[in-house]
Amino acid sequence: MATRVLRFREALREAMVEEMERDSRVFLMGEEVGHYQGAYKVSEGMLERFGDKRVIDTPIAESGFAGIGVGAAMVGLRPIIEFMTWNFSAVAFDQILNNAAKVRQMSGGQLTCPIVFRGPNASARQVGSQHSHAMEHFYATVPGVKVVAPAFPKDAKGLMKAAIRDDNPVLYMESETLYSVKGDVPDDLDVIPLGEAQIVRPGVDVTLVSYSRMTHVCVEAAAALEKEGISCEVLDLRSLRPLDEGALVASVKKTHRCVVVHEGWPYGGVGAEVADRVQRLAFDWLDAPILRVSSLDVPMPYNRTLEDLCMPQASRVIATVKKTVSRGRA
Amino acid sequence: MQERTNDGPPLTQPSGQIDHLAALYRQMFLIRRVEEESARAYALGKIGGFLHLYIGQEAVGVGAVAALRPDDYVITTYRDHGMALAKGMSARALMAELYGKATGCSKGLGGSMHLFDVEHNMLGGYGIVGGHIPLAAGVAFASKYRSDGRVTLCFFGEGAVSIGGFHEGLSLAALWKLPIVFVCENNEYAMGTPLSRTMSVEDVSMKALGYGIDRDRFFVDDVLEVEKRMAEAVSRARELSLPTLVEVRTYRFRGHSMSDPAKYRTPAELEDHKKRDPLTRARALLEQNGYGAERLAKLEAEVEAEVQDAVKFAEESPEPDPSLLAKTTYDGPFAA
Ligand SMILES: Cc1ncc(C[n+]2csc(CCOP(=O)(O)OP(=O)(O)O)c2C)c(N)n1
Repeated sequence: MATRVLRFREALREAMVEEMERDSRVFLMGEEVGHYQGAYKVSEGMLERFGDKRVIDTPIAESGFAGIGVGAAMVGLRPIIEFMTWNFSAVAFDQILNNAAKVRQMSGGQLTCPIVFRGPNASARQVGSQHSHAMEHFYATVPGVKVVAPAFPKDAKGLMKAAIRDDNPVLYMESETLYSVKGDVPDDLDVIPLGEAQIVRPGVDVTLVSYSRMTHVCVEAAAALEKEGISCEVLDLRSLRPLDEGALVASVKKTHRCVVVHEGWPYGGVGAEVADRVQRLAFDWLDAPILRVSSLDVPMPYNRTLEDLCMPQASRVIATVKKTVSRGRA
Repeated sequence: MQERTNDGPPLTQPSGQIDHLAALYRQMFLIRRVEEESARAYALGKIGGFLHLYIGQEAVGVGAVAALRPDDYVITTYRDHGMALAKGMSARALMAELYGKATGCSKGLGGSMHLFDVEHNMLGGYGIVGGHIPLAAGVAFASKYRSDGRVTLCFFGEGAVSIGGFHEGLSLAALWKLPIVFVCENNEYAMGTPLSRTMSVEDVSMKALGYGIDRDRFFVDDVLEVEKRMAEAVSRARELSLPTLVEVRTYRFRGHSMSDPAKYRTPAELEDHKKRDPLTRARALLEQNGYGAERLAKLEAEVEAEVQDAVKFAEESPEPDPSLLAKTTYDGPFAA
């Protein structure tokens, strides 16, 4: 099968462009998406291609344009709303929580809300506490929305196409530090269904569960651990809601151990959710407690060394895996 | 745009005025030099994250703060270096913060966007556009509650005028007659977007009308004029406990942040504004009014030494200790 090498941002752009070409109801709206070509150049060239009716620059008014997106979706358009970063979605949280996630149920199923909210999520580099939030943990708790967080260009494209075609609100988490990452993308790639995890590296001793940029950190840790004779299976969730329980359980039944790795705080969150499901569904197969590697339980500091300390690093993943695999074998 | 020139009228005020102008010029020059040095350090990788420079806008912060008492409050956005220095933060504490050092104003935890100096009533730089505007109204609320006679100055860019925080902050300050001045630093661009593409009206100060509060609108050219106009709004806040919306027309000479090449404006437009640099104008005014080349050179040399000292201090300062993280998250035991 023919493939091309694309950067993450190019894969996202291709998906949006293809979906906008096949469906005139799809449009892109957000800060600096048009004339400036995107704050992180994801939408480069799209204004020239589609015009300012469909690639729409907004003022700094997240609550306003998120609400405009939800309203337009309720009556049949299919908006893609870009948050310059997900941190700024906090200003629009009410629109997502109280409107996007609720109109279908409140209307007894009369209305749907086919909208995509997207943008870079979690830490960038030394941008401080207000700009480093891993927002997926808040949103994944909300029934009525779906949450996606791919790690590779192929998945970025396939999942974006699926998100745009989905009839529900889909919150799509990208990463500033992934935009330039390259990967093979099949020429004939169509949608990749939401809710399917993938094994990016098979292994037998422990399952590393992750998503988005932390999948790459897990792959790095797994390569280092391999040299020490520990075989890690890296499971890339891709979707956080719906969560692929089947893939989680199948992998843990094989490895009997599980470490979850993500950015964001340890209190609750996606890691806690994975731990709950795995212990409920695969309790008898587990040889060790499920451990989590997350950001430290403090606001993100600016100082580079402290930021490194707060963020999940391969070294912390390696140490945690060793703790897990040594249990019961000493 | 209204015509502007660099030739100010001769100073007619009492003789103390020239020393006052020299003091303001010194602050503006200090800010300019600190910003230039931080840009250099950023290029060398010694400063990380986002860095938003105040170059071109110095007269707004300096003129506005000159109209305040030391116990008055200032609160601003991520473009906060100039405001911090104007309010009295040392160049050392600022530069060390940009370097992420333990000796920085926020111990290296906040960085460029979050400069705080409570001793000087600088209540911070904030990263979420508009988020600090209701906060500022809250500070003014506390002043009214305690009848302490203090005034709050809240700065933000014209980009913030579209967000809810601006409207809710103004609306409540107007309703409860809070002692606050909302200062919109209209530098014509919100990141890459000109004002004409973000607002239905060109005059930001018109937003005051619906809330029934006073407004003012002027160009930044002359730092003494900024001080005079701000003083009117500050006195309205202090004497009458009434808020004002002030729009100061200014311009940033650099990109939005260090990563912005600012391709959305022409070099000619930028050059045009640089010709009207309020810093140059203040300097010319000092010369014209007999401040004396020697004193001027001495003043500038002092500033230069202060800036070099700040850089050296930042370079040589220690990194913050990880034990700070828990201590600064909660007051009291950590709530895990
Ligand atoms: C709620 C929110 N949305 C988006 C951003 C990203 N952002 C940071 S600064 C900025 C432009 C602000 O322009 P303006 O208010 O005019 O201030 P200036 O930077 O010109 O001083 C944007 C869009 C943000 N920080 N907060």
